[in-house]
Amino acid sequence: MASEGDRRSDPEVAERRSRLLGGLRLEGEGARGVAIALISTAVFLVAIVVAVTQSAGWPEVRRTFFDWGDISGSFPDIARAFVLNVKIFLVCEVFILVLALVIAVLRSLQGPVFFPLRALAIIYSDLARGIPTILVIALLGFGAPALQLTGVPRSRVFWAGVGLVLVYSGYVAEVYRAGIESVHPSQEAAARSLGLSRFQALRRVILPQAIRRVIPPLLNDFIGLQKDTALVGTLGVIEAFNQSQIDTNATFTYGSYLAAAALFVALTIPLARLTDWLIARDRKRRQAAGGFA
Amino acid sequence: MKGTLATRGLLTAALVLLAVLAAGCGSTKESGATGGTTTTTSCSKGDLNLVSSGTLTIGTDNPAFPPWFGGTAKKPWQVSDPRSGQGYESAVAYAVAKQLGFSKDEVTWKHVPFNTSFAPGTKDFDFDINQISFSPARARVVDFSDSYYDVNQAVVVNKGTPIASATSVSALKPYELGAQLGTTSYQFIKDEIKPSKQPSVFPSNAGAVQALKNKQIDGLVVDLPTAFYVTAVQVPNSKVLGQFPTQPGGEHFGMVFQKGNSLVTCVNKALSTLRSDGTLKQLQQQWLAKATGAPTLK
Repeated sequence: MASEGDRRSDPEVAERRSRLLGGLRLEGEGARGVAIALISTAVFLVAIVVAVTQSAGWPEVRRTFFDWGDISGSFPDIARAFVLNVKIFLVCEVFILVLALVIAVLRSLQGPVFFPLRALAIIYSDLARGIPTILVIALLGFGAPALQLTGVPRSRVFWAGVGLVLVYSGYVAEVYRAGIESVHPSQEAAARSLGLSRFQALRRVILPQAIRRVIPPLLNDFIGLQKDTALVGTLGVIEAFNQSQIDTNATFTYGSYLAAAALFVALTIPLARLTDWLIARDRKRRQAAGGFA
Repeated sequence: MKGTLATRGLLTAALVLLAVLAAGCGSTKESGATGGTTTTTSCSKGDLNLVSSGTLTIGTDNPAFPPWFGGTAKKPWQVSDPRSGQGYESAVAYAVAKQLGFSKDEVTWKHVPFNTSFAPGTKDFDFDINQISFSPARARVVDFSDSYYDVNQAVVVNKGTPIASATSVSALKPYELGAQLGTTSYQFIKDEIKPSKQPSVFPSNAGAVQALKNKQIDGLVVDLPTAFYVTAVQVPNSKVLGQFPTQPGGEHFGMVFQKGNSLVTCVNKALSTLRSDGTLKQLQQQWLAKATGAPTLK
């Protein structure tokens, strides 16, 4: 009984790996499997295409959404505006990684002395994750400059960036915290017994393990951030989504939305694939090391 | 053996599915063909192609702003009330309704956000009147009525700021300008002013006005009547710097209809009557008189 549970037969491992890769791998299923997969994919696609193109509204949708002239005509302007999305994403990311780590560490501090800091970190996480991002951006982007304080920047891109950093740090801090809590307490005990201070134990022993474990979920949040840079457009800043709205409103057609979507996808899909690959690699390493890493 | 059976089963299922879909699409086409055959040229009230018979359903955005709409706000309408008959667009809408034979009680107003006015699909209004500029590209997707107002763009600035001393279009180049999404003002900024700083486009009037108040933008480009409303009510200590010279071919507002709606012919007939008997001019003087006194930027 017990040995059955411990031993893992090869097909089981293969199946698991296939599931990890999102079911995209067909190895072990042979030529028959490939044939069935191809046929069912073809039938599926044909069914969708037929259902869509035969719908009553299709001629209108084709004219307003899938006009190639619209899509390609709006693409250069949107691509130019998209540079701003990428910039915002790259800059915010750096600040999020740092701020979130500080919050996560504050929240995992133990002992009654640190209660106020812990409470502050919890309140922050709750608020950052609780308020819709679009509201945070609108409140900061129009509200902070309205104070007319000297030395406070008026730039809407700046305040939108602050908003994204605040919101995403709330999420990323939770990811870090999950990583920190997944490190067994014996690791800290061992580090302390070797003479490391509490901070040294955190810095040299706990965080390196914790962060490595949470890289995939961290990347997941980055993908979300890439998309949410489109919210900056609500402040009037011309980024890819706002530019596509300008084009849509000028022509009353939606091809520009597709052009913008294509740009976002071109940015997010490589990162999504990288995340999957890292997860798979991590899994393989752990299996090779006998379940520990 | 098992393999071929499974494959065959799948193929059969696929064929059945395709057959069903093919049958389905055949019937859709038939019903589509019988749908849009009625075309009326008669403009008597009973023959009009309406969303709900006996009622003229007119769309506009909420909040409805002066000077286009007037009266005191009554829910669900904010800032103004289109049902009041006050304000230029409300007055024109009721004048058109009267020409078509509708009493005031037979007119219903519907909240139609600008984005929705041109969205594909069946429209739930007879026409939308919301300061929408005609353009050939837009007219490929919806039908426009003839002009009910020939419009000029203008720029609003904060008094005492550097831009406030500009007197020409070219003097606006170094400044950060803003416009409202869906207006032709952005196109105007890009094509005519060609500023050195990236202009901004705000999804709502509120955002554009707030940015001007905060001095996050130097100037806001809007249509002239709206410009006077912004300076009078929305942004204290601001002024209409000037209006832009009329573009070749001009710019005008038209009511928006579902593409192919026969009603547009009747509304155009009504508008032409209102134009020739002087009603449109009189309504402009009544509601948009203030919008004529701005200097023209050369």
